[in-house]
Amino acid sequence: MSTSRIKFYQTGTYTAGNRLLDEAARTVQSRMDRTNSLNSGHRACQGCGEALGARYAVDAAMRASHNRLIAINATGCLEVFSSPYPESAWQIPWMHSLFGNAPAVASGVAAALRAKGRDDVKVIAQGGDGATVDIGFGCLSGLFERNDDVLYLCYDNEAYMNTGIQRSGATPPFAQTNTTQAVGEAPGNPTGTGKNVPRIAMAHGIPYVATASVADLHDLEAKVTNAMGLQGARYIHIHVPCPLGWGSDPAHTIKVARMAVESGLFPLFEAQFGMVVDRTLIRHKVPVERYLELQDRFKHLFGPQGSPDAIAAIQSIADANIATYGLIA
Amino acid sequence: MLAQIEGSQAVAEAVVLCRPDVIAAYPISPQTHIVERLSRMVKQGDVGRCQYLNVESEFAALSVLIGASAAGARTYTATTSQGLLFMAEAVYNAAGLGLPIVMTITNRAIGAPINIWNDHSDSMALRDAGWIQLYAETNQEAADLHIQAFRLAEELSCPVMVCMDGYILTHAYEAVDVPTQSLVDTFLPPFSPVQVLDPNEPISIGAMVGPEAFTEVKYLAHQQYLRALTLIPEVAGAFEQQFQRHSGGLCSPYRMEDADAAVIALGSVIGTIKDAVDELRGEGIAAGCVKIGCYRPFPMLQLRAALEGVARVIVVEKDLAVGMGGIVSADVQRALQGLPIPVHTVIAGLGGRSIPKSSLKQMVHDARAERLNEPHFLDLNRTVIDNELARRREQRRAGPVAEHVIRAINAIGTKVV
Repeated sequence: MSTSRIKFYQTGTYTAGNRLLDEAARTVQSRMDRTNSLNSGHRACQGCGEALGARYAVDAAMRASHNRLIAINATGCLEVFSSPYPESAWQIPWMHSLFGNAPAVASGVAAALRAKGRDDVKVIAQGGDGATVDIGFGCLSGLFERNDDVLYLCYDNEAYMNTGIQRSGATPPFAQTNTTQAVGEAPGNPTGTGKNVPRIAMAHGIPYVATASVADLHDLEAKVTNAMGLQGARYIHIHVPCPLGWGSDPAHTIKVARMAVESGLFPLFEAQFGMVVDRTLIRHKVPVERYLELQDRFKHLFGPQGSPDAIAAIQSIADANIATYGLIA
Repeated sequence: MLAQIEGSQAVAEAVVLCRPDVIAAYPISPQTHIVERLSRMVKQGDVGRCQYLNVESEFAALSVLIGASAAGARTYTATTSQGLLFMAEAVYNAAGLGLPIVMTITNRAIGAPINIWNDHSDSMALRDAGWIQLYAETNQEAADLHIQAFRLAEELSCPVMVCMDGYILTHAYEAVDVPTQSLVDTFLPPFSPVQVLDPNEPISIGAMVGPEAFTEVKYLAHQQYLRALTLIPEVAGAFEQQFQRHSGGLCSPYRMEDADAAVIALGSVIGTIKDAVDELRGEGIAAGCVKIGCYRPFPMLQLRAALEGVARVIVVEKDLAVGMGGIVSADVQRALQGLPIPVHTVIAGLGGRSIPKSSLKQMVHDARAERLNEPHFLDLNRTVIDNELARRREQRRAGPVAEHVIRAINAIGTKVV
């Protein structure tokens, strides 16, 4: 399912230039009739990648469902910053139940719609990496194996940010968090740990799995649109930098995300029924240092007390991704 | 029509008559016969468009129903014991969100030591989660309570647990009158939720509430919950009018006229207690009993009124607050506050230990002679206890208690000499 990609080499970015396009080819977000599903006025931090990713993803899902959408939200930053009583930033039917059950709650909504013969309304569930890869993982796997008609969106900022930056199963090797401090003989998150949930999702053989990034919002919207065009369990894993948790400049959220993609550390691909069907080629390959040096959580790897071995190990992860997914033509 | 059927089948048929939209369940003994039957009926198309979801855990089962109920579906699940504890977080959540889910608890002990037989430890552990808790005495009542439960839940926007004793009721075959669809349809109107996830009227459900409003939210929930104490007798009355038999209600006295000693209990053991009361009356002892049919909310005033004239109360309960004693008896004591009526706690039937009529009669004799311990453990095997305590005195690392006790008794399962 390849979509025609629009490149704006004159600006060096994928994110600008809607005005140069036909109306139909513009992003959902640049259209006058966008739904602002996650409306302005919420309490996310400056430069929050999750708020940006959710805004694009949910509006795209709304457009694809002709504004007939119900969203389920796990506990986490997105839930907390968008719904402190009596203010809700959600302009769509939205529900939060618990940290670990968003996939099951969404399955329930889908089942209720089936029972009532309502095939006009679509269901999405969303959560951070903690809710998705750790505490809600059992429910997520259940949703996948039953092939319930739900699109699950994981906003991956690679740690428990809402509780104050603790390690999750999606925290990368060597990253400093408040439970994997940069102290001791092996500073930061231990290597050889963590899990790759997009691959695990693919192993369930579900109709659609994709990775996406706020570095490429056209691509994110296109993947949500693709997913919404299919029936059954679908999963999109979205890389969303967290300035607070990563120690990056809030103005650099897109840049940090782009370096993750361009270094090969966060490969962008689409899979159907367990097989990779498309991937985004790296335009200008960068060494992983360009990504790591933007973030305080990797600061201990640099300088006189730094660890060239650790950086080399991270580079080898990026290189392996590039080889696995064929990210360089 | 009367049918000679298993308790689980009767409950499953009653649930189907309530026209559920979504059922989600995870298998655990002794709940399985209920959900197997429901699965079959859904699969062969006997339940309209009802969806049956085979989920990966009890936590998921209730979470599915939370989503389905919020989307306007009538929802049902069943579980017990470890399964109820595994879904505990969602149990509180469903109540907090005001979702009228109905759940059968086929009461079973909680491990360790692992034990699949009946007592009330499971539902007691979740008694204050904000669900209405009804306890069935017989299979007929178990079936009837489910029909009442959906009506109660939906009128109050409050989830309901129907508790029935595992094996003793779930696996017992006896005559049950399974009502007709038209009677149930007259009694139970279609589910019309007060709030629903709907693109036509988008609302946010499950917002974060801080210190400035949390107390008020909880106060209103408490007041709403207490309305059940008025509604339950009304619904039981309407049920009796419709179906020509009494089932449910808050608490039911038996031979309490001029009673001197009153035995209080929940669930199926009430049958044996009634027999014991009859025999004691025959011996000239003015015994009576009161069944607590609705344990949460607790019918404080109704129970006080039923017990006001007695000389003593004996609470027979199938649970144990370790280090404390009785759970139900503490509530009964509160109901009788200020009255000079002693309340004895008798812990009985733990992990499926049978509660024979002879032991109950002896218990009443002992209570009247002031010979009961506080709390009193019915039919405790003192020899085994003393041997084990002696072993521990001799040896600091004395080994696994449960295995020693089983070996000392030389018993299989629950057979106790």
